[in-house]
Amino acid sequence: MVAPVSVVTDQIGGRPVDPNAPLLVVDDLHVEFRIEAGTVRAVNGLSYRLDRGRTVAILGESGSGKSVGAQAVMGIIDSPPGFVTGGSVRFRGVELLDLPEADRRRVRGNRIAMIFQDALTALNPVFPVGWQIAEMFRVHRGVSRKKAGERAIALMERVKIPSARERADSYPHEFSGGMRQRVMIAMALSLDPDILIADEPTTALDVTVQAQIMNLLAELQGQTGMGLILITHDLGVVAEVADEVVVMYAGREVEKGDSLAVYHRPAHPYTIGLMDSLPRRDVHTERLRPITGSPPDLLAIPSGCAFRPRCPYAREICAEAEPPTAEPERGRVSACHFWEEVQRERAGT
Amino acid sequence: MGRYLIRRLLQFIPVFFGATLLIFVMVWAIPGDPIAALAGDRVLPDQVLDEIRDQYHLDDPLLVQYAKYMGDVFQGDFGEDFRGRPVWDLMAQRLPITIRLALLAFGFELVLGVIAGIVAGVRKGGFMDNLVLISTLVVIAIPIFVLGFLAQLLIGVQFGWFPVSGIQRGFMSYVLPAMVLGSVSLAYIARLTRTSIVENLRADYVRTATAKGLPRRRVVGIHTFRNSMIPVVTFLAIDLGALMGGAIITETIFNIPGIGRAVFEGVQRQEGTVVVGIVTFLVLIYMIANLLVDVLYAVLDPRIRYE
Amino acid sequence: MSERERVPDPLAPGAAEAEPVGGREGGLYADAWRQLRRRPIFVISGVLILILITMALFPSLFTRIDPRACNLADSLLRPSSEHWFGTDVQGCDYYARTIHGARVSISIGILVTVSSTFIAVVFGSIAGYYGGLVDTIIARITDVWFAIPTILGGIVILRSIFSERGLFQVSLVLIVLGWPTMLRLARSAVMSVKEMDYVDSARALGVRDFRIIRRHILPNAIAPVVVYATITVGVIISAEAALSFLGVGLQLPAISWGLMISVAQNRILTAPHLLLFPGLFLSVTVFSFILMGDALRDALDPRLR
Repeated sequence: MVAPVSVVTDQIGGRPVDPNAPLLVVDDLHVEFRIEAGTVRAVNGLSYRLDRGRTVAILGESGSGKSVGAQAVMGIIDSPPGFVTGGSVRFRGVELLDLPEADRRRVRGNRIAMIFQDALTALNPVFPVGWQIAEMFRVHRGVSRKKAGERAIALMERVKIPSARERADSYPHEFSGGMRQRVMIAMALSLDPDILIADEPTTALDVTVQAQIMNLLAELQGQTGMGLILITHDLGVVAEVADEVVVMYAGREVEKGDSLAVYHRPAHPYTIGLMDSLPRRDVHTERLRPITGSPPDLLAIPSGCAFRPRCPYAREICAEAEPPTAEPERGRVSACHFWEEVQRERAGT
Repeated sequence: MGRYLIRRLLQFIPVFFGATLLIFVMVWAIPGDPIAALAGDRVLPDQVLDEIRDQYHLDDPLLVQYAKYMGDVFQGDFGEDFRGRPVWDLMAQRLPITIRLALLAFGFELVLGVIAGIVAGVRKGGFMDNLVLISTLVVIAIPIFVLGFLAQLLIGVQFGWFPVSGIQRGFMSYVLPAMVLGSVSLAYIARLTRTSIVENLRADYVRTATAKGLPRRRVVGIHTFRNSMIPVVTFLAIDLGALMGGAIITETIFNIPGIGRAVFEGVQRQEGTVVVGIVTFLVLIYMIANLLVDVLYAVLDPRIRYE
Repeated sequence: MSERERVPDPLAPGAAEAEPVGGREGGLYADAWRQLRRRPIFVISGVLILILITMALFPSLFTRIDPRACNLADSLLRPSSEHWFGTDVQGCDYYARTIHGARVSISIGILVTVSSTFIAVVFGSIAGYYGGLVDTIIARITDVWFAIPTILGGIVILRSIFSERGLFQVSLVLIVLGWPTMLRLARSAVMSVKEMDYVDSARALGVRDFRIIRRHILPNAIAPVVVYATITVGVIISAEAALSFLGVGLQLPAISWGLMISVAQNRILTAPHLLLFPGLFLSVTVFSFILMGDALRDALDPRLR
């Protein structure tokens, strides 16, 4: 049962909101960083769609462009040296990329919120957590200090931080990792955003705490009906939580689709490589098979298919031409010249 | 916080006695006749010498000497000059003037330094940044006495904007010496602030604050600022020491009758006891100021409170 | 450290985040050198320092005139073609005196800095590495010396202890008053490097402490010390000049820029050249060392660029 999303203003920066449009549509996004050594092409053609109540997972290793893509949606890329060089990001039908900064800022935190990996460094160490949460109300909604403080405590209780009232005056370093992450979640959820972007929210946490946090996110999502974009490198989390997955490599999407379908019937060598390199209790193999080689230098992405140097299926054409986007099933995408072969071989295994 | 304070106090006490003992030993416990060393070229009648020996307890064993000396200090007795006038009187007379000078210099360096540092740091690599970097470098490089003379020559004499000597003209007389006194510290503060701001602007929490949709003004002015000020506050404690040394030079050049010039005069006239007395006093002040700054640091940075 | 951080992530790139400089020692320093060579401030300050050191070592390269060959009849002449910088009160050629003044400043600057740095690194490493009681003792002793501001301490020590004040005495005083700051810096650098994983692994492998300090910790911790030491040379030169100016530093007949300025102060209006030339040389000298320190810092600490 998806609860209705909170009341939305019907315009953003003077542009009308389309009530029928999906929550978020990212189309062919390109982001590059111009540094002394050259141009780093961090994101090369990312596209996905997020609907209410759904979870999209963006899966990839460090340097795949997954975080940068999310930062582009939020509009928080340091520019210079970063530049969004193409594509579109439409939030409820409203194009965000060419919105004036003042309007963009009103969307940030308010309608689209983001939480980060390491809550210890992501929170300001010199202000109490209650103050930092309450700040959202004070700045965005003009609420008085006292009322904002009360609402902050209510939020802390909602994310299940024990003794919230007493702990609101504590500082980030006085909390455990899991509690700190809950503080971040509380802060992000304070204004009932439509979308929450979680950038590796559990990577820095212990395994048991990870599960708690993911459950919390699922519960909150159920209550509010917000869309969740989960950025991760953890396949296990993806399989359990996500509706759709976008697998990224060297800034490009290599596979995309319903997460269970991708999990059971992968159609890209990279996805298969990822799965094979993780230890699993249910599958008995003699050795783990890591993906050979290392991720590409984003200053000089290999020609043709970026994964070619590490791909066991690579043939000549892979070096010459970028793989076209094929549709293994309806609603799925794979960027491999030989996806049918790949998928068939895998199914046979 | 309470534990932190107690720890700091416990650290302070041995340092306090250590430093004062050190000064004491350096002056009175050297081989040879310390009185003669302090008196310099002066020839004193035996009676005066005996009096001084008595006053400074020089016939007692060293530690007893020191204990009595500290006892005297706590009662406000910092010794006497060779004519029998208490050093304390001299200090009471001169200190307020120096305090005025120091406060003015302090305000000047703090306000201008922090502003310059913020502007430079926020627009790193820009014109203002380079301007601040170069000008602070130049100011630091020019020794304070050269700066003082230049200021006197150019601003005071050539342009005649400010008086260059004495304190007859009230507030205006303090302006030029305060600017000179604070100049080097201003340069350091500007650089420190700049570095701190640059470092903090790259911090994760800035990204979070931006993602929260806070206006840039607030991200820099409140979030970054609080964190950036922490190293500056630490610097202020050390700066006081530099200010004391600088005051000696500045007051001498600008003919300000403050405590710094009293030290200089003491050196010139070979009034060793005056010099020692005032320096002991100043060292005490310096140590207390450092302690206070430690406390202030804990107020600003809650992570420290639990060390 | 959480469990998660120890298990290598199969999806993560190969290299560890904080690669120890010890392992690619060539890496950081070779990188730094390459960068330095290109930067104008390094080149400028380097050239200036070389000139000044040459001036200190071989003043005769710059002037043939004997700075002590003074003729009272030529007292207080303005700069001219015969006396480039004019003459001082006693009729000595001011240019020659200024050139010879470099020797005192540079030697004190370098001597004091090298000594302070040595003491600071040795004791700072011990304090930072071993911690505990050793650290507490060293830290307290440092605090005691630290509590005495340089100029004040200099005045007291030089006035009361020494009857004669030559190069040695002044240097000693500056070393003694200068090492606390250096030590604190070295100590905190060592303490932060000590936390790195590769130190733990070296210890687990049974490497002896001294070796760990020398080969793993020092190369990494030394960068801020080097930067600070370079700047300190400039600061010490300035401090010696200040002490000489106040009359507690070097005494006549030593030739020191500080001393020359001190003598000049009563005549700045009538004979400004007495102040200007040593003042200029002093400033440029201090400036080049600080500039060099800045250049080194930019190269060795990439974060701050």
